Amino acid sequence: MKIELEVNGTAKTVEVSPWKRLLDALREDLHLTGTKEGCGEGECGACTVILDGEAVNSCLVAVGQCHGRSITTVEGLANGDVLHAVQRALVACGGAQCGICTPGIAVCAAHVVDRGLVAGRDDQSARAQVRELLAGNICRCTGYQLIVDAIIAAAREVAR
Amino acid sequence: MDRPSQAVGASVPRVDGVAKVTGRARYLDDLEAPGAWHGATVRSKTAHGVLEGIELDPAFDWSKVVVVTAEDIPGTNVIMLIEDDQPALVKVGARVMHHDEPVALVAAPTRALAFEAAKHVTLKISPRPPVFSVEDALAGKQLLYKTNNVFKEFLIRKGHAADGELEAAFASAAQVIEGTYYTSPQEQMYIEPQAMMAEWKGGRCHIVGSMQCPYYVHKAMKSLLGCGPDDVVITQSVTGGGFGGKEEYPSMLAAHVALLARKAGHAVKMVYDRDEDIAATTKRHPCHTKHRMAVDAAGNILAIDVDVVMDGGAYLTLSPVVLSRGVLHAAGPYKCPVTRVRGRVVATNHPPHGAFRGFGAPQTTFAYERQLEKLAIARGEDPLALRSRLALRSGDATSTGQVLTFSVGTDDVIAGIAAVAGPPPQRDGVNAAGSPVKRGRGVCFYFHGAGFTGSGEQRLAGRASVAVNRDGGFEVRASSTDIGQGAITMFAQIAATALGVQVADVHVLDPATDKVPDSGPTVASRTCMVVGGLVEHAAKAVKAKLEAWAESNTIGDRTPTALARAYAAKNAELVETVQYEPPPGIAWDDATYTGSAYPVYGWAACLVDVAVDLDTYEVAIERCVQAVDVGKAINPSIVKGQIEGGTLQALGWAVLENVVYKDGRVANANMTNCIVPTFADAPELETILVECPYPYGPSGAKGVGEIPMDGPAAAVANAVQSALGIPFDALPLSPEAVRAGVRGGHS
Repeated sequence: MKIELEVNGTAKTVEVSPWKRLLDALREDLHLTGTKEGCGEGECGACTVILDGEAVNSCLVAVGQCHGRSITTVEGLANGDVLHAVQRALVACGGAQCGICTPGIAVCAAHVVDRGLVAGRDDQSARAQVRELLAGNICRCTGYQLIVDAIIAAAREVAR
Repeated sequence: MDRPSQAVGASVPRVDGVAKVTGRARYLDDLEAPGAWHGATVRSKTAHGVLEGIELDPAFDWSKVVVVTAEDIPGTNVIMLIEDDQPALVKVGARVMHHDEPVALVAAPTRALAFEAAKHVTLKISPRPPVFSVEDALAGKQLLYKTNNVFKEFLIRKGHAADGELEAAFASAAQVIEGTYYTSPQEQMYIEPQAMMAEWKGGRCHIVGSMQCPYYVHKAMKSLLGCGPDDVVITQSVTGGGFGGKEEYPSMLAAHVALLARKAGHAVKMVYDRDEDIAATTKRHPCHTKHRMAVDAAGNILAIDVDVVMDGGAYLTLSPVVLSRGVLHAAGPYKCPVTRVRGRVVATNHPPHGAFRGFGAPQTTFAYERQLEKLAIARGEDPLALRSRLALRSGDATSTGQVLTFSVGTDDVIAGIAAVAGPPPQRDGVNAAGSPVKRGRGVCFYFHGAGFTGSGEQRLAGRASVAVNRDGGFEVRASSTDIGQGAITMFAQIAATALGVQVADVHVLDPATDKVPDSGPTVASRTCMVVGGLVEHAAKAVKAKLEAWAESNTIGDRTPTALARAYAAKNAELVETVQYEPPPGIAWDDATYTGSAYPVYGWAACLVDVAVDLDTYEVAIERCVQAVDVGKAINPSIVKGQIEGGTLQALGWAVLENVVYKDGRVANANMTNCIVPTFADAPELETILVECPYPYGPSGAKGVGEIPMDGPAAAVANAVQSALGIPFDALPLSPEAVRAGVRGGHS
């Protein structure tokens, strides 16, 4: 069936089974391969996208549920060549290693930062809040320390 | 240097960083592959038996599907590595050795059809009694390997010729500390599952995929396909983590896609589902270690006796080398005149265990650092002070008699921990429900040999090149892969520093066996120390050649980039290739297991504070500090990332990770049940970089990738013992294990 989506601010139509995973529709039909599959069961968060303002695992969402809705993927975070503050901070702080979890983490972290979910907190409580909010995204490389550093740095920059 | 901030020692942002944060980095499954078919694997559902037949469901439409069995292999049906015992596909009449062993393959135009077709292949297997424990393997009732099920055995003797002398040392001891330790299998859990693609063009097989060691795959494919070195090309795609899990297993996927693509006449891609990846690929060897230590009245170690038995799984794979590293670290970094270490790795019907960061050392480190803790408790001595008193320093000899003469960071790492330790946590506390929580602190001290064991580096004779290419650009050519650890950034930094240019002026070529020399595998904490050293020397040679050419050709602009462009305009490529030469004084005797086991060691100390909730029996790690001697941090941010990543893998192994086998099958083959630490599980990690330079490493650098994995699990168990007063000698310290320990007084 024909499904209309707004992806990264642009209207798109895909003609697929409504049962197709949003993840597969993005990767196969819209060729947005930045969204990754790590587990296919909603544990690792590598496939995180923003669906109408909520972070979701796109491996657990049927594309049929997304008709008429708005989706932001990692490809939609940067404004042209200008990276999102979270993306800049991840590069600057060493928050990406193998990088396969990074798109999901960048999407989720941008969501956290843009909504001011860690704003106005002291450093310790902001870090704890980031750890709680990002707990659905698994990274096996970094031990998370430098990613938390990056997200805090981006949050401070956006707040300024 | 115009901008010295880019030189070795600066935290240059990783060169692949922007591609990774924007999603533009293309992993195997992201590559455009129009017309590529998809492969699926038919696996044994029996742990041990004889394959009597492979049946295709006559009711299924096979017209759009290709099926491959062992009959389709043009060369030798073996995944060539150390020994030729593991087939690419079990052939009819041969033995199935483990659950989820590959038997047949299917490929189809869509992934869904391939997976559907695989369900319509039935394997007829006549079962045989399986072997699932090392005790049963050693008892030898069922023979899985040769005459005794022992894949490999090592014996280290120091300071004695026969067992009687060792026993005499124990008889004379004021105190004997003794324990039996168990460490569990561990899943690497790289977030990109195994993935590979093959295509045949003009009789040449092109394989691209997620891997650590392109030349391992190349060697295995030459033999499997029965072809020459130029008939198969292996290219690494951007790789989403490895940790050892993509050291040997990618050769299996490469074999499978190559065979399918050959028969199908299409490119064939294979991307494992997570459950398949966990069920079928290699894990850290589970390990049983008996450790006893004779101590005199003054608290000096008189003798150490260790017996290590690892479960190798169904095939030999890398087990002898994992065991080797395990036994070489088993006596620990402590002064001891009389040492015996016996190690065996045995065959079972578990899926083969294999490489995982630390490679045998984390297993034996857990045992010796629990032993040191017990000695400290028995003597009432401060645990860190005891370790400092007994630790190896420059001039001391290891268990293989290697006298350490340089780059021994013992004092600096111990002082690093001591300086930040502060007071230990209050033992008694309460949780949110007001129920009791016990807190405790644990430390450990450990070392890790960098590079290949013994004469391995000489045998490998790794090579790397630096070139001025036809466009006048600087290029690093090495087969070392960037699997997230930052190899390409580190190579670019080393080469740029040696050439006197910016990092952006150096391009590190993607590893492909037709474009880069064999630098040896990306393993053993050797990429920076060994291959980085080759890159440094090659870059210096290129610079010298360019300067000599400039002298004789009266070139005006002598800046290195201008010079390279001028050179390229008039000449063919300038390529300088350097081959590894061992440092002076390195001598290793493989027959007696004596001498320089490693060219150099990394040194580390770790402090962990835990809180044990007596409602849930969960062990929460509230603080973790690691001080690690890395020789020289080429890129401190990347090095810190390596240490923190390895540390959290170790903490996860200590308290929450496990691979559960049931009748030889992985019972928790999914990320829901085979868990790894999340953001919320991880403590804030404190990292202290110590730099005791290795004279023969690039700018003094030595290995860093593996060492952080070795120690923290013991520090956690030591902290839990300090909290509860109960020894825990088996991993993981899961709530179930802690509950059993608290209720029974022991683990």
